[in-house]
Amino acid sequence: MKNRIAALVVGFIFAIGLGISGMTQPEKVVGFLDVFGDWDPSLILVMVGAVLVHAVTYKIIRKRDTPLLSPQWHVPTKKEITPALITGALIFGIGWGLGGLCPGPAITSLASFDSTPYLFVGSMIAGMYLFKKVDNKLKLQK
Amino acid sequence: MNFEWMNILLGGVIIGISVSLMLLWNGRVTGISGIISGVLSPVKGDTGWRVYFIGGLILGGLVLKVLNPDVFSETVSMSASTTVIAGLLVGFGTLLGSGCTSGHGVCGVSRMSPRSLVATGVFMAAGIGVVYVLRNLGVIV
Repeated sequence: MKNRIAALVVGFIFAIGLGISGMTQPEKVVGFLDVFGDWDPSLILVMVGAVLVHAVTYKIIRKRDTPLLSPQWHVPTKKEITPALITGALIFGIGWGLGGLCPGPAITSLASFDSTPYLFVGSMIAGMYLFKKVDNKLKLQK
Repeated sequence: MNFEWMNILLGGVIIGISVSLMLLWNGRVTGISGIISGVLSPVKGDTGWRVYFIGGLILGGLVLKVLNPDVFSETVSMSASTTVIAGLLVGFGTLLGSGCTSGHGVCGVSRMSPRSLVATGVFMAAGIGVVYVLRNLGVIV
């Protein structure tokens, strides 16, 4: 139960960070990606802020033998750059550029009760199911 | 540095703190596409925390809406069909590529994971490319 409450708190803080930074505003995200047009580079500071903090905390936290509420670490260890990784990132980036929405802000924006995030999240879940179906047959990630 | 830029940086710092807490408490990467994916194919004992995390995101969204509804400005005119296509691509692409802006862009880049550095470069370039095309087609004015 403790790790569930922990996850809830993390989700809550994460959403507040998204809102304060402007990541929940698709127009701002598209402006950030509009490098060759009317570029608004300011959103790079979201990544700068998050990465500066986490690069330091990651090293400190990983000195522990285990996390506080779990018997082991679950951090990915894969190193290979695979065609699936690159193709997947490419497909994701195209979808991100079309709408200015990525998964976290899309879920957070459900709280706006606007229709677009609901349509987006529903389609995103459909896309995930589609991947699972195709992957079952073709083992795309192998 | 103006007020808006300070806010953006502050938002980033808050995101950095939240993913650090996820690592410290649960030993996990805060990769949102992966967390959602795990709810869609539930494994006993590994689903509850995911649902609570998603609940936390929505709860945070509700607080944002009460305090400052402007954070959900919907000024990008995305048609319903574009929204569906964008959602499908994001869902499929994030699972094929093992992550999104949070898992690769924040968590992976922070620990200098080669896979995440490559993925982040690729999805940013793809996003920039799409916006460039949309602008030249006159979709974005």
